[in-house]
Amino acid sequence: MKRFLRAEYVFLQKPLNVGSRLLLLLSAVIVGGSLYFPLWKVHLEAPQYQEGLEMTIYAYKLEGGNGGQDLKEINMLNHYIGMKPISAADFTEMQVIPFMLGLFILLALRAAVFGRMGPVVDLFVLAAYFGMFSIGAFYFRLYTYGHNLDPHAPMNVEPFMPVVFGTQQIANFTQSSYPQMGSYFLCIFMLVLLLAIWFSRKEQLPSSLS
Amino acid sequence: MKVLRTSVIGLACTVALSLVLSGCGKKDSGTSAGDRASNAEATYVAPGEKDEYYLFYSGGHSGQVFVAGLPSLRHIVTIPVFAPYPGTGYGFDVESKQLLGNYTWGDVHHPALSQTDSMYDGRWLFVNDNANNRVARIDLHDFKTKQIIGPLPNSSGSHASSFVTENTEYLFVSTRFSTPLPKGTVSELENYEKDYKGMVTALKVDPQSGEMSVGFQILMPPFNFDLASTGKGPSSGYVFFTSYNTEMAHETLEVNASQLDRDLGAIVNWKAAAAAVADGKGTKMEGVTVLDPATVPGIVHFVAIAKSPHGMDVDPTGKWVTAGGKLQPTATVLNVEKILTAIEQKDYEGDFRGIPILTHDKVVEGEVPVGLGPLHTQYDDKGNAYTSLFIDSAVTKWKLPPWTDAEKQDLTSVVKDKITVHYSIGHLAISGSDTKKPDGKWLVALNKLSKGRHINVGPSQPESSQLIDISGEKMKLVAEAYTEPEPHFAQILKADQIDPIEVYPQAENKNPNAVWELEDGIVTRTGTTVEAKVVAIRSRFSPDKIEANVGDTVRIHVTNIEQTADMIHGFGINEHNINIVVDPGETKTIEFVAKKKGVFPFYCTNFCSALHQEMQGYMIVRESGAVEPTPETGTPAPTVKTDAVDGIPAVPATENPDVDAPAPVEPNK
Repeated sequence: MKRFLRAEYVFLQKPLNVGSRLLLLLSAVIVGGSLYFPLWKVHLEAPQYQEGLEMTIYAYKLEGGNGGQDLKEINMLNHYIGMKPISAADFTEMQVIPFMLGLFILLALRAAVFGRMGPVVDLFVLAAYFGMFSIGAFYFRLYTYGHNLDPHAPMNVEPFMPVVFGTQQIANFTQSSYPQMGSYFLCIFMLVLLLAIWFSRKEQLPSSLS
Repeated sequence: MKVLRTSVIGLACTVALSLVLSGCGKKDSGTSAGDRASNAEATYVAPGEKDEYYLFYSGGHSGQVFVAGLPSLRHIVTIPVFAPYPGTGYGFDVESKQLLGNYTWGDVHHPALSQTDSMYDGRWLFVNDNANNRVARIDLHDFKTKQIIGPLPNSSGSHASSFVTENTEYLFVSTRFSTPLPKGTVSELENYEKDYKGMVTALKVDPQSGEMSVGFQILMPPFNFDLASTGKGPSSGYVFFTSYNTEMAHETLEVNASQLDRDLGAIVNWKAAAAAVADGKGTKMEGVTVLDPATVPGIVHFVAIAKSPHGMDVDPTGKWVTAGGKLQPTATVLNVEKILTAIEQKDYEGDFRGIPILTHDKVVEGEVPVGLGPLHTQYDDKGNAYTSLFIDSAVTKWKLPPWTDAEKQDLTSVVKDKITVHYSIGHLAISGSDTKKPDGKWLVALNKLSKGRHINVGPSQPESSQLIDISGEKMKLVAEAYTEPEPHFAQILKADQIDPIEVYPQAENKNPNAVWELEDGIVTRTGTTVEAKVVAIRSRFSPDKIEANVGDTVRIHVTNIEQTADMIHGFGINEHNINIVVDPGETKTIEFVAKKKGVFPFYCTNFCSALHQEMQGYMIVRESGAVEPTPETGTPAPTVKTDAVDGIPAVPATENPDVDAPAPVEPNK
């Protein structure tokens, strides 16, 4: 046990080689890039909506397809079952996510400059936690929309869980919901952090510390 | 005399043919099983697929324009123009009532697509109203009637219109009927030759907005000007008119206007006329500058054409002009080059009231023996002409000049094919025939009689349209369809040449009475005027209660705040003869005087959604002065009961209720 704790301590103190530091710089760029691409997309199709209705989620905004019209249309249809209108204002995480992504960039640069293993692991853990929290929050958001239906709405439907990942049928609509390029970027970001750790795993501690 | 004999034989044949047709009522499908399959394939537009062309039919005395698709020939939509059309609420709201004026019908004959450089530019469609001397402009951006000009001054029976010039600078109208001028003058019919006048009108078209205004007019003898065609290429700057009744008969025209073997067609140099107007050579009549071609030489020349000719069609090169002989079985081909030479050399064979008549044999290239009752000619992209034969019930395909000497000797040799149509064809249409680049794929025959071609619908019968494949050497009849009365001419436009909107963008709605949020819907009162700004959206009106007193002027502005294609809402008020239909993003206004006490439901008339039936409201009309309603914003106020006597049946408010709005129908006693 004592040996393991020491090894772990030593590992976290390890210096990063040039390759790992460059990977950290790359990871900062990838996080920055994710801001420019959608994270998630919800697509709805029905017999009378063959062209589909689309709602795209960015780190900082919610966008309806067809120049914003699709989101209005989705809300228009949802009002029949008493669902609260979907609005960007409800997605409080949209104010947090850009801040967090900025923080990731800073922490990646910091780790590259400090050149130690510990901050990289910190960043990885923070990013993993944040990713899971965001998906959980998204799930909860959709759950809330699907389960707080106005009892006085013209149409009564059983509360339902809109699909977060995958495809499902809701009344006349086929709803599909899948991650997009922005999410892939964030996954790659995590992968690059792991690579940065991996490439410096055999680095030796400076003799004064070993 | 020979000509007359041929006509007599022709008429005899027609009578015989009619007897055969009515005698046995034989169906002429003329198709083998193989033909059926290939014809079906050529014209089949599968569910979900789209037509390749728009077919804009004139609606004749329905006053409307019909839009169909080619090659399916399926009717897609009706564009109301000169008559109310409850289907789209046209003629019920303030704006379209203003467009219609005091008329509830028109007689649409000739649609014309706007052109730039002698090609369709897909901006506007112009149509005439032969009955009330008007011309309308439809914007192809949204397929809506945007302007109706007229009744035109000094002009009666705008049959020869609408014909646009190469760049839609002008649109020509001429008089089928001559009357004493200015309008309102009475002169006995016996004075017809002396006091009755024909007129050619040039409507100026604003190149940006398309707005039409009366440019100038040219005084003409009292012939019946029939059809026209504008020049291009070598005939640029000219417009050609046929006429009948050179006899100047004023009674029993059937006989009296058919005496002469030739009538005078008019060749009008509109550029010279416009220049003469600019030079101050006209005189004012009813506010319009009128040119007298007898005193302003060079703007009008006549040419004799056989006999009581109907259609006048310039070919795509602008070198040849074909006139359909109607009462003589030939199509007269005029040579534009020779016309220009004859004009320059003053090669005249006489004059009519000071207007020179060009020497017939110097300008006529030939008279093609096309068949009986030739009316109109259209052209393909391979130098062929197609002439409709009313009496023969056929279309003849023939070759345009230049002809060889041998062909000139025997013009039957330029006739290539003839196909029977069902029955009694009037106009025919080929896409781009009136442009410099026609599309020689389809020809639509617009037939006047459809008897026996469709399942029996009783005595009131539709017209028939037939689709003819003209891509090969021989014409091939491949499909037919029926239309409401009564298409005359049509224009065919490639579908990909235009990209109409499907919703009116909210940002472009500048109507000051538009409201865009449910909570902004409001009813206000100013004196005896009740004004409601109503939001329409799936599936409610906001507000859904409108209160007024008997005698109030009620003005309701309905804004459809939807931005989704085909999400159209109607607004109909019970027993008020009012129904408007509001497209997504559009605001329409109705105005009427509340004349009848009571509670009147209003509802969405255009099926919109699963809760369309619930989309309704009430208009409460109380006894005069009974209550001063507070501003209404959608939350219902307590209803005040009154005990007044019944009011009189309501009619929409109008300056001229007799004409503008139908009187309420009294229940049968």
